[in-house]
Amino acid sequence: MTNRYDAIVIGGGHNGLVTAAYLARAGRKVIVLERRELLGGAAVSEQVFPGFTFSVFSYVVSLLRPEIIRDLELARYGLQILPLESTVTPLPDGDYLASWNDPDLTRREISRHSPLDAEAMIEFGRLMHHIARSVKPFLSLMPPDPTSLSLRDLRGMLKLGGHLESLGSERFHALYKLLTMSSADYLDEWFECEPLKATKSASGIIGSFLGPRSPGSAYVLLHHYMGEIDGAFRAWGFCKGGNGTVSNAIAAAARSWGAVLRTDAAVTQVLVRNGRATGVALETGEEFTAPVVVSGLDARRTYLELVAEKELPDELLEQVRRFRFRGSSGKVNLALSELPDFSCMPGIGPQHRGAFSISPSVDYLERAYDDAKYGGFSRRPYMDIVFPSMIDPGMAPPGAHVASIFVQYAPSAIDGGWTPARREAFGDTVIDTLAEYAPNLKSAILHRQVLTPADIQEKIGISEGNIFHGELSLQQLFFLRPAAHWAGYRTPIPGYYHCSSSTHPGGGVMGAAGRLAARAILEDA
Amino acid sequence: MTRIPHTLQLTPFHPRTAPLIRGHTWRRWSGHAAASVYDWTHEHEYAAIRNAAALLDVSPLHKYRISGRDATRLLDRVVTRNVAKAAIGQVLYTGWCDAAGKLIDDGTISRLGEQEYRLTSAEPNLRWLHRNAFGLQVAIEEVSQALGALALQGPLSRAVLNAVAERPVDGLKYFRVMDNRIAGTDIQVSRTGYTGDLGYELWIPAAAALPVWDALVARGADYGLTPAGIWALDVARIEAGLVMLDVDYQSAHRAMIEAQMSTPFELALDWTVSFDKGPYNGRRALQAERERGPAWRFVGIEVNWDSFEALHTTVDLAPAVPAVAWRASVPVYRAGSQVGYASSGCWSPLLKKYLALAHLSAPHFDPDTPVELEVTVEHQRLRAAAVVRKLPFYDPPRKRA
Repeated sequence: MTNRYDAIVIGGGHNGLVTAAYLARAGRKVIVLERRELLGGAAVSEQVFPGFTFSVFSYVVSLLRPEIIRDLELARYGLQILPLESTVTPLPDGDYLASWNDPDLTRREISRHSPLDAEAMIEFGRLMHHIARSVKPFLSLMPPDPTSLSLRDLRGMLKLGGHLESLGSERFHALYKLLTMSSADYLDEWFECEPLKATKSASGIIGSFLGPRSPGSAYVLLHHYMGEIDGAFRAWGFCKGGNGTVSNAIAAAARSWGAVLRTDAAVTQVLVRNGRATGVALETGEEFTAPVVVSGLDARRTYLELVAEKELPDELLEQVRRFRFRGSSGKVNLALSELPDFSCMPGIGPQHRGAFSISPSVDYLERAYDDAKYGGFSRRPYMDIVFPSMIDPGMAPPGAHVASIFVQYAPSAIDGGWTPARREAFGDTVIDTLAEYAPNLKSAILHRQVLTPADIQEKIGISEGNIFHGELSLQQLFFLRPAAHWAGYRTPIPGYYHCSSSTHPGGGVMGAAGRLAARAILEDA
Repeated sequence: MTRIPHTLQLTPFHPRTAPLIRGHTWRRWSGHAAASVYDWTHEHEYAAIRNAAALLDVSPLHKYRISGRDATRLLDRVVTRNVAKAAIGQVLYTGWCDAAGKLIDDGTISRLGEQEYRLTSAEPNLRWLHRNAFGLQVAIEEVSQALGALALQGPLSRAVLNAVAERPVDGLKYFRVMDNRIAGTDIQVSRTGYTGDLGYELWIPAAAALPVWDALVARGADYGLTPAGIWALDVARIEAGLVMLDVDYQSAHRAMIEAQMSTPFELALDWTVSFDKGPYNGRRALQAERERGPAWRFVGIEVNWDSFEALHTTVDLAPAVPAVAWRASVPVYRAGSQVGYASSGCWSPLLKKYLALAHLSAPHFDPDTPVELEVTVEHQRLRAAAVVRKLPFYDPPRKRA
């Protein structure tokens, strides 16, 4: 029979591809089954408008684990990470706050707003560097179950305890604060400059149904500090060709070890016989068999859709039903005849090679959240804007450009549901808000793609469009991600595994979950 | 509208220094463009420091004006020296530490009035000063941009100043500051510097920087006055055994791990640590260290010429001495084991010796201890015999006279 494999991976998102690549590298005969016509899941580059390539969903890289880049030789397979050099926050009074890729320049710029903050930045950066280093081992650690007495879990807890012990009090307490505080409160301990606090705290709300003043947002902030590029923490980059290149490079690595990657292959069901996973069935009725089936889909789909309820214990089903998705982010991708010219910093210049952040104050962000909290999209949204064509000219025809606008908040559970009209109203709000800072924007738009959480769910299948496959809130992290006792990439069904961002350490184009899942599978073999 | 800066910050003297720099040899100093060397090589500029008079733009130093009822209390809370004991018109060289007695920065404090001071530092310290000013009545004003600074250094510097300034500086003692006027501008002159020679530093309102420079250069020509860059200064400060932040030690605020931090005792700044004043940052730790004795010591290293030459002779080369000072970590050995590292070094054209500044662990730092310095000859890491020396290497009587 030709449809027999050692392992089947459901979903060709980056984590599924990572798992497949590691399994193939270990000599397993692997097939990846992707519902869409292209691989990549939320890390795809598509020509939505002729000649213009959009990183449709995820659009920057930082968290992608360096060990994956090394192990899978991703540089050899086309991964090229280009620097994102700056962040500019335009301010309502016509001024701006910028941070550049040079510490002297950044200190000089922040000094304009607050000399004390300019100095605090250095020590804050050092502390966050230490913290990022401290939590780095967690990213490569299979979460031990603290309530289990198995040798593996005990050993894991011991390792964890030893690591926490080694942090020393300053870092341990900072870590504790990051796990429990709101990002606004945490930053208040360091800074006084409002746009600086707002722009930094924005990292704490991304992908979450939290405001900057919600406890727990400081952890999300930390999550965004964990990335490293070329050994530098907190470095964000842009992938040449868009984020689809990340997926394509992993796919190429997987293929080089013999993995079969099939698109247009929608899995509807995991086949379970005598309590064991034995394969999958496609929408078309076609079946594949393997002793190992790995779901790269989010926890809800993995547990509630792909397998029958009767195969799973009630307490797990209950936990998964309560697993919070609550997508809060939207995306607007633009094809542009020219770059937006920001009034605060007129002309086209190095600022366009970095990000623009619409985050003038913590109040602004919190109000944006308030709108979402009561069922609407933000009337004045937070935005993170990059111009990929300024970094990789190949993203748009010569002289033309693409803009990638990440927007919050667009609640998945919007009053009245997401309709095409509401989607376009949301798109209008984004463009209107941005045009206040860059008046030439509207006349430059050749094409506009607006994605709401409903669109994200529909197009790439992530429940409620949550970009992290479930919120990164403390009660959904580590040994509780996605559920107590089942954080180890294994499921109650022998042979059925879970490698998506719904598992530890969560989302952000890290690939860590996919790598750890592969490790669990190989351990069990 | 604010434009994105497209160059490093420029000092108030830049319009005069820029045309002088022949090889575009700018470097970065605290975010400013600073000249490494104006001429093609630094030989003449260095010679001016030791032979005539050199003029150095040291405006990138951070400068703070500290005043108000508790100005003295603030400084005494922060720095290791006894500020209250300083006379008005006196200048103190001092370091300041964190609570663990690890050095944050070093600089000078000029007592300009009963409760008015100017503090200079290598790195920004505004936040640290503010944090320490809790509960005190004191104004801390950063005057880094408002105040240009020139170092006029060398045996003829006094003569140059006397020719240019309205008031003679003959009576200005070592580490004292006075008001003066040059080219109609009120300035302050302190008898301080970073060369270990007779020399002065001039504190000049930025707006009047150029006339002062012009007057010095015009009259100074008769005395061989030469604008000099960092290369020349580096050689002079190594001869003088003066420690440099970010080269010879890292600020406790920047160091990533404790091992990268230093205490004043480790940097041989014992004389700047006062125990005859009230509590200050790091006092308890420093007291303990004084009793215990430092684990490291900042010392001079003098390379044995015969050994150094022999290493070159073996490969049929004449010894190549570093005319431009190096700033790197170079291992120092004793009896086959590494006992420390040198952090800067150069050939001293004056002393005719290859010198280095090094950090040696106990008990290897006593003067005249024989050690070995790693040298690279034709891509080979070798060890030249060397000997520990007390700093400074060079200390001419005219410095204080």
